[in-house]
Amino acid sequence: MSRDHEVAILGVGMHPWGKWGRDFTEYGLVAARAALADANLAWRDIQFVAGADTIRNGYPGFIAGATFAQKLGWTGVRVSSNYAACASGTSALHQARAQILAGFCDVALVIGADTAPQGFFAPVGGERRTDPDWLRFHLLGATNPVYFALYARRRMDVYGATTEDFALVKVKNSRHGASNPNARYRKETVVEDVMNSPVVADPLRLLDICATSDGGAALIVSSIDFARRHLGSLDGVPRVAAVSTVTPRYPQTVLELPDFATDSNAAAAAPEHSFRDSIARAAYEEAGVGPEDLSLAEVYDLSTALELDWYENIGLCDQGDAEKLLRSGDTTIGGRIPVNPSGGLACFGEAIPAQAIAQVCEVVWQLRGQAHGRQVEGATVGVTANQGLFGHGSSAIVSV
Amino acid sequence: MAETVTQVSAVEGWFTTDAREPRLIGARCPRCTTIVFPPRDGACPNPDCDSDTLERTELSRRGRIWSYTENRYAPPPPYVAADPFEPYALAAVELDDEGIVVLGRVVQGVHALDLRVGMPMQLELDTLHRDDEHAYVSYVWAPVTEATA
Repeated sequence: MSRDHEVAILGVGMHPWGKWGRDFTEYGLVAARAALADANLAWRDIQFVAGADTIRNGYPGFIAGATFAQKLGWTGVRVSSNYAACASGTSALHQARAQILAGFCDVALVIGADTAPQGFFAPVGGERRTDPDWLRFHLLGATNPVYFALYARRRMDVYGATTEDFALVKVKNSRHGASNPNARYRKETVVEDVMNSPVVADPLRLLDICATSDGGAALIVSSIDFARRHLGSLDGVPRVAAVSTVTPRYPQTVLELPDFATDSNAAAAAPEHSFRDSIARAAYEEAGVGPEDLSLAEVYDLSTALELDWYENIGLCDQGDAEKLLRSGDTTIGGRIPVNPSGGLACFGEAIPAQAIAQVCEVVWQLRGQAHGRQVEGATVGVTANQGLFGHGSSAIVSV
Repeated sequence: MAETVTQVSAVEGWFTTDAREPRLIGARCPRCTTIVFPPRDGACPNPDCDSDTLERTELSRRGRIWSYTENRYAPPPPYVAADPFEPYALAAVELDDEGIVVLGRVVQGVHALDLRVGMPMQLELDTLHRDDEHAYVSYVWAPVTEATA
């Protein structure tokens, strides 16, 4: 794809991740103001707001775009609200990009924020005997970590992964995130810390599984023309080269959260690429780059073991080779292709509608050389990858 | 009291209640023959098939483990946890004939340590939880043993 389809990222901002327990719009406000300041723009300059929905904070969550517009002060700005579970942030970016490329606006705010509950995510209340999400808890006790554990155990039995391999992902990410001012957990972790933490869903231990967090993240994106006028030059300005929001192809033969079963491959053959393999692949194709061109990757490490799956899903190595790639040091800052230089979900915990936007923020800081204490030297291309519940693929490629 | 306890299915219509040879009940598309589980009505999920009906069908009882885990902490409600909580295993089993992976609890007494990807499993019924009047029964996966093979 030509560069005609790119948009510029003029500003990025976050509210630090934590367990603050406040209204999620407050985090969004802080993130939006930080992104506006970073872009040297005023709220009144924004022509479109793409909000990433949260479903856990009552009614305002469903109208995320307007919620944040009101929080910043009504200006008559046009809005959209985007739901794609964990991928909502990418969905919002996709929406903003489309509005800009269609010529409906020049500059847009992409924003997501969340206030997370304590403990396991559980279904909303009431007895709903026909709702599969309710039933997976009722009949099976199939919490989200159960699904992460199924993927982890498969790596062990099929590829020979060990729980120490999983712990080493946490050790790497904790080192990466130790100096990230927006990370919630900034303590370096050693293998023994992980191995001594209690097993939650065998083989995963407490420190293998990401927490749920409060946080907010925002981007200011614009047309290339607007960026040139505003900045005088496009040198060193990160651009969105691709956004992938693909869904699965039938039959989906990997058991996915929150399902009881996969599709059947009896009547139709499984697609050439699994859903998770197809997510970044679509972004690479759109941007005209491949995994060999990457300087860094931000992937969705809901569990340590899942980060290893992503190495293969985004093409950093062949299937079954992720543990080797990790142990080689290639995915550590200073290595060939650092993964989760931000510290990833291991250091942030998950603030669902903000997380995919936060991944893009990190890539931007890396490409500008502003990732203090965790800088990937000479970074020029970064990819984000994530998968939202209910079939939402999410990947963005940002380059300078 | 035990005599007055009635066995009831924890979920209606997902499995047959023949205690010796229980089977999952899925739905089958009469046009393209694909299978879905849990059973439902309505449109076939195959994008190349435009059937608007699905028919109930019993699924094969045997399969092989795709993956497995073990819950070490009581899941939140609406799971009904025993007190004290006993860890239990879950297995995702790929059915032999239908090419579909079904997640289920593993029969009591079998733990993650006893399982392995690829291990043959078969469907059984087990009590999930009880109250004063009912024993709530659901499908579970159990290793195929020499006695049951």
